[in-house]
Amino acid sequence: MIVAGIDVGGKNVHIVIKKDGQILGKGASPTGIKKAEAVEALYDQVLKQAGLTRKDVERVVATGSAAKRVAFANGSISDVAADARGAIKLFPNARTVIDVGAEEGRSIKVNPEGKVLDFAINDKCAAGTGTFLEAMSRALEVSVEEMSKIAFDSTKAIPMNAQCAVFGESEVVSLIHQNTSKPDISRAVMDAIAGRVGAIARIVGLEKDVVVVGGMAKNAGFVDSLKKNIEMPVSVPDDPDYMGAFGASETTLSGILEEEVKAKVVERESLSEGKAY
Amino acid sequence: MAQKGKPVEFWRWPESNWVNPDIDWKKCKFITAGVDVGSVSTQAVVMVDGEFFAFGNTRTGSDSPNSAIKGMGYTLEKTDMKIDNIDYCIGTGYGRVNVPMAQQSITEISCHARGANFMYGPEVRTVMDMGGQDCKVINVDDRGKVLNFMMNDKCAAGTGRGMEVFADLIHVPVWEIGPRSFQIPKEPPPISSTCVVFAKSEVVGLLEQGVPENEIMAAYCSAMAHRIMELLNRLGVKERFVITGGIAKNEGVIKRLEKELGVKTAERAWYKKEYIERGYPFDTQLAGAIGAALFGNALLKMGKAKSARKT
Amino acid sequence: MIANYGFKDGSGDWYVTFDTDKCNGCGKCVEVCPEKVLEVGPDEFDIFREEPVAFVKHDERKKVRYSCAPCKPGFGEKPVSCAGACEFGAISHSDGWKLQYSR
Repeated sequence: MIVAGIDVGGKNVHIVIKKDGQILGKGASPTGIKKAEAVEALYDQVLKQAGLTRKDVERVVATGSAAKRVAFANGSISDVAADARGAIKLFPNARTVIDVGAEEGRSIKVNPEGKVLDFAINDKCAAGTGTFLEAMSRALEVSVEEMSKIAFDSTKAIPMNAQCAVFGESEVVSLIHQNTSKPDISRAVMDAIAGRVGAIARIVGLEKDVVVVGGMAKNAGFVDSLKKNIEMPVSVPDDPDYMGAFGASETTLSGILEEEVKAKVVERESLSEGKAY
Repeated sequence: MAQKGKPVEFWRWPESNWVNPDIDWKKCKFITAGVDVGSVSTQAVVMVDGEFFAFGNTRTGSDSPNSAIKGMGYTLEKTDMKIDNIDYCIGTGYGRVNVPMAQQSITEISCHARGANFMYGPEVRTVMDMGGQDCKVINVDDRGKVLNFMMNDKCAAGTGRGMEVFADLIHVPVWEIGPRSFQIPKEPPPISSTCVVFAKSEVVGLLEQGVPENEIMAAYCSAMAHRIMELLNRLGVKERFVITGGIAKNEGVIKRLEKELGVKTAERAWYKKEYIERGYPFDTQLAGAIGAALFGNALLKMGKAKSARKT
Repeated sequence: MIANYGFKDGSGDWYVTFDTDKCNGCGKCVEVCPEKVLEVGPDEFDIFREEPVAFVKHDERKKVRYSCAPCKPGFGEKPVSCAGACEFGAISHSDGWKLQYSR
């Protein structure tokens, strides 16, 4: 059976298409302002690359902050549930899942069946999310990938006072004026984000194995800072930013917690836009 | 923020200074100064025997100690007073521990309370100050003593920086945002994100949709007024209610705040009639420095501090 | 004087409140706080106050949301450590934790 998971996040859309446990295709693109259109375009693109059409897909499950934009989905699940399901599939011993995306950070406690036992979310505040890293990257005038690399060359730990992305930018600018090295600043930024994420994780408790997912998990410098902050080893899957979509694709129709289930087979529909943002 | 070759800074209130023409400072007993080093602007005020003598309002640079020195220099520029003539100087504000000429530092909460009491009078009961990187609400008694306070300096929403980021984004100077936000056919819904970073994306979305700039300004001012109101309601507003700091000059935010609260802020005018009659300038950003200088005066009068005057 | 230490952001109100008129600077709250965010010293908000007072350390004020969370202010079975230790009832917490974490 061919299934699709679509994660519509604040910044990016991720899509995974699977058949009997094998990934046939995946793709990501910016969500932008016209979210529904972005979803449609990416879905068709991923299908095409996998040599499939919409009719071939028997089940579509959506997740993410804008899951409702996927009008053709059979149902949707919360991102917390998606993360839990996906992580357990790839890491059967996972008991704590930490997901740091562009606009949200969360920590989830799961049981061996992938059921969510408890969770804590940091949303509505850019500190401790990918947005914080991007803001610092602009102030430092170094790409986030480069920051991840040079963080490992840091020789001095500098605590950042700011607990806000906007104030953090000013702090980075004054650190630059004080001739602090870019590796040291990069490490300070990673530590600051790890501090926020670690604090969220400690609210629900840290039990091994700890799995880190989301776009920020691609950043080796951040993962390193996080490991040191929570004082535990962590596992990071390949393509950690696809975990939400992957977890959604793992969800059977009977497992969908929200919304009534639409019983028809997926077919192409034209969408009405609604409010653009 | 890294700004390459930007000709105008849209987000800073202009610099100014002034000296009282009616006082001969050499005839006064206690000459005290207050230096309020904020994250965005620095104010230095000189009081002589508790009377308003001189002030300077400058931009804080990347270096707090130099900002204090520059501010003080700018204040004394049109006088024949030197720093060595000052009996006692108190530093306050974000950079208060870095004021080289200060004998003591006092938190801006206490200084704003006392300063507002001097500027607006003993009927003041609630002071709201929004600086560059913070917002504070203070309930005071008739002597300007702090009874209750709540501050936010962690989150940029509801701080001067929040407005600056916006001004920078739409390329409109802060002093124009207030008036232009009322040149609209009808009041739009406020920007929904609290976080300034997320609000910025929201604004970009509105700009791309072709929403008129004035309407976006109205939406942003409205959102900021709402943020402040939440903080005020937490603490409780009692009249007379006054606003200090740069934000008091932004009518786009203040008028909307008054409307939502159902409380009018006190008129921006001196409590002391002579000051009004003589036309002394009334700058809401000076409250912290005035309060600091007055604390210095009080400490000297009570014998709790020693004069540091060198000449 | 009511001193509120902490912050407010998009996710809620996160304040630890000290009623300094009730505080005598005994320091019991400092001893019992598991995250060590409290301190006793001169009152920075009332420079004419003679006796010391308890307050949240400067570096901790912007992080109280996370430091206080393990004690579950407002939604745990027992009162938080600091408020429980204070015999004068000088300490309280805002409702940010209660609103966000009780389900």
